[in-house]
Amino acid sequence: MQSNQLRYRVIRQYKQLLFMGREYPRGYQFFRDKLHSGFMKNRDLVDASQIEEKLRFAEFIEKEIAALYHVRKYRSMKRQYYSEE
Amino acid sequence: MPPRLNIVVPVKRVIDYAIKPRVNAAKNIVETNGVKFSLNPFCEIAVEEAVRLRESNKDLVESITLVSAGSAKAQDALRSGLAMGADKAALIECPGIDDSKLLSLEPLAVAKLLKAYVDKSGANLVIMGKQAIDDDANQTGQMLAGLLNWSQATNASKVDVAEDGTVSVTREVDGGSETLAAKLPMVITTDLRLNVPRYTKLQDIMKAKKKKTDKLSPADLGVDITPRLETVSLADPPKRVGGAKVDSVDSLISKLKEVGAI
Repeated sequence: MQSNQLRYRVIRQYKQLLFMGREYPRGYQFFRDKLHSGFMKNRDLVDASQIEEKLRFAEFIEKEIAALYHVRKYRSMKRQYYSEE
Repeated sequence: MPPRLNIVVPVKRVIDYAIKPRVNAAKNIVETNGVKFSLNPFCEIAVEEAVRLRESNKDLVESITLVSAGSAKAQDALRSGLAMGADKAALIECPGIDDSKLLSLEPLAVAKLLKAYVDKSGANLVIMGKQAIDDDANQTGQMLAGLLNWSQATNASKVDVAEDGTVSVTREVDGGSETLAAKLPMVITTDLRLNVPRYTKLQDIMKAKKKKTDKLSPADLGVDITPRLETVSLADPPKRVGGAKVDSVDSLISKLKEVGAI
């Protein structure tokens, strides 16, 4: 039961990151390959606490990417509209 | 207890900020074939602000409604706004307006459409982006406030709603900031530094598909959207000319003389 739930969370996290990868500056393919190999590396984990730890790491990456996108957008807007400052 | 807010957030679908717009060969429209579109960044900030008002005080906000006018594709913009946390959306579908004629729905026409919609919906607060990043008019908010005869606060960098329904807005002005306070109803237009829009989760996008979108037409609202302006011509900005390296002081001096700098 518990492992099923973890499995679900891992898949959901993977999908979310994959979704975010569509806008990745170096291209979707690059991002997908990295992401896939990252998840595959830990495919054999069975210990719940270890999986939790990896999930936290994935969430951290998700936040990092969101921040990257925000900064990219913010900077380009700032450059276009607030150039004199 | 302040009056509960019924917030209307007008949004626009524009060419993505990361894309360099190109003028077509006939020099009459901006190329839109195969170009990525997304929600206007300033509109995103407006939606985020509405959602944050609700999150700061659950009882404060009664509803958050998105409105977009344009082609059926404006639905995309509405959907991304719904995913950020708006409750429902309305699409004012204007026949004859499509991507290639993006500019033919003028700020005044949009303001009239929005006025009619806001009157109908009984909203008491409009939060909208200060401008769209495609035609950069920065007019619709001001025109809407004028047509509605509501208070307006443009270029907001901070929004507070007090207990008695007074809204105080800090605005970005030349050389500093200015704080305005006014009673509802009010039109607020957002500046870049108001907030950091959230990145929508995949799940939220899925959930947003279930939220309701009303379809309206300009005729339903009794608004004439015939363009009053004519686009005479369009041109790309001048190409940047690359610099050149000079190999000696003499050639530097002769170059400078050439351009009349010394």
